Amino acid sequence: MAPQDIVTAPALATRGLDKSFGSLLVAGGIELALPQGARYALIGPNGAGKTTLINLMTGMLAPDAGQVLLDGEDITSLKPEQRVKKGLVRTFQINQLFPRLSALEAVTLAICERQGHGGAWWKRLHGYREAVEEAHGILASLHLGENCYRPARELPYGQQRLLEIALALAAKPRVLLLDEPAAGVPESESAELFTAISGLPADITVLFIEHDMNIVFRFATRIIVLVGGRVLLEGSPQEIAADPLVREVYLGKKGHHG
Amino acid sequence: MSGAYASPQLYLEEQARWRSAEIAFWIAALLPFVFFKAYLSLASQIAITALFALSLDLILGYAGIVSLGHAAFFGIGAYAAGLLGKHGWGEPLSGLVIAAAAAALVGFAASFIVARFRHLALIMITLGMGLLLHEAANSASGLTGGADGLQGIKMWPLFGVFKFDLYGVTAYTYSLVVLFLMFLVARRLIHSPFGLSLRGIRENPLRMPAIGASSEAHIRKIYTIAAAIAGVAGALLAQTTSTVSLEVLGFQRSADVLVILILGGAGRLYGGILGAIIYMVARDQFSGLNPQYWYFWIGLLLIAVVMFLPNGILGGMAKLISSWRHRTS
Repeated sequence: MAPQDIVTAPALATRGLDKSFGSLLVAGGIELALPQGARYALIGPNGAGKTTLINLMTGMLAPDAGQVLLDGEDITSLKPEQRVKKGLVRTFQINQLFPRLSALEAVTLAICERQGHGGAWWKRLHGYREAVEEAHGILASLHLGENCYRPARELPYGQQRLLEIALALAAKPRVLLLDEPAAGVPESESAELFTAISGLPADITVLFIEHDMNIVFRFATRIIVLVGGRVLLEGSPQEIAADPLVREVYLGKKGHHG
Repeated sequence: MSGAYASPQLYLEEQARWRSAEIAFWIAALLPFVFFKAYLSLASQIAITALFALSLDLILGYAGIVSLGHAAFFGIGAYAAGLLGKHGWGEPLSGLVIAAAAAALVGFAASFIVARFRHLALIMITLGMGLLLHEAANSASGLTGGADGLQGIKMWPLFGVFKFDLYGVTAYTYSLVVLFLMFLVARRLIHSPFGLSLRGIRENPLRMPAIGASSEAHIRKIYTIAAAIAGVAGALLAQTTSTVSLEVLGFQRSADVLVILILGGAGRLYGGILGAIIYMVARDQFSGLNPQYWYFWIGLLLIAVVMFLPNGILGGMAKLISSWRHRTS
């Protein structure tokens, strides 16, 4: 990495991001700056606008005002697929898999698209050896190697959640936004899932939405608290846990005394 | 189903492997030359319809793009080949190429609209485009012959040697060979990365942009290819029958090919071919007995298949075979 890169802009930043649905404000003046390699948790009560923020960052929703910057570059006008190509990748709270494709096919699909082979219609798929091997490697690293020949819809739910992440990893993210990766997964398995997430390469910037405060405090290095579409607070887990306002608005109900 | 494979490559290779049933099928396609010589013209029509259904399968069965106006491209191919034959260029092969190019051109233009819609909107848009083209051909009677059809098409012998005979020997040979070659192209395509991307669009169009894929570009491409193949099918009909009537562009043809594909099984390449055989043979047999009741039986069959065999007749057969294998092993 060249020296000038070290002092460059954060991996992902937003400037004055606004969005309203009619009279309902879902994002108000959101200013964030995620340094490279950070592990951020995005927390907040239901309806705080957490998923909306991911939709705004990834281009699935257009903001009313403000900008999204990836490595200092303004990507606000780019389409979702163009942002993915630049390294901004997300997963979904509700599985968005390819039900009748096998796990291996699905991840190979994502790799071929990343490498620009998605339109290649004359060469056989199994001829793309490196893509297929990379796909198998990603699946194996998430303990999906055994089941990679089964259609996504036949996988146990916990493995489907892992496939959700595998698809995102296939796009070689530099910034990875995980929308409740452990949603619906039993508590006993969610720690395992987050162990897999924390094992991701250190240069990937990760932002995850999660409700379980034990998980948040264990895996996040920074925490953003979102309430009513606005950033209430951003800080280290210690700062967040100690903040009286956060305790009142959010942690109070959970009774967590970190 | 999910047996172990020695390597991921072998698994993908296995998906694309030629099955013995496939080879048997193409050999069986030669049987009419020996056993059903009186039906070679029908066999030729079946091969043409099968090719038309194959082109629809590429967009509907693989990419999940519904169309109720696919006859538009069949008709463009038919008129292109017919007009060439009428105006002094009766060479069949170059006629096919020109017809394919004409259909592809219109398909490419239409694809910019088609790629932006799904579901009901798409059905209405394709239906509308089909109706537009049908009426345009109807009113341009100076060019197309209007409701009387295009008369006076003179085809030259194939390769300058094989005349299009009354018995349909040349017609069926020609149609079958073209069907087979187009099938090889389609088969190659669906086992490529592009084919995988199409299945991705069918399975979850919302996820595609999230893995960095531009669905619209893929849809435009497959729509253009499918239009070209439909154009070839239409051209074959014009060349082997030496007539083009307005019904090549009709709504009925768009609906029929959809029924054929659903009956046979969409997304399986052979579904449209099997559907065409069943549909055309049944129509030939039943309509001789009681023509006005033909669609009664088709309606009944369609309801039964969709209710009990959601993946078509071929899908039902595949399920039966795999459960039978499961039991014996």
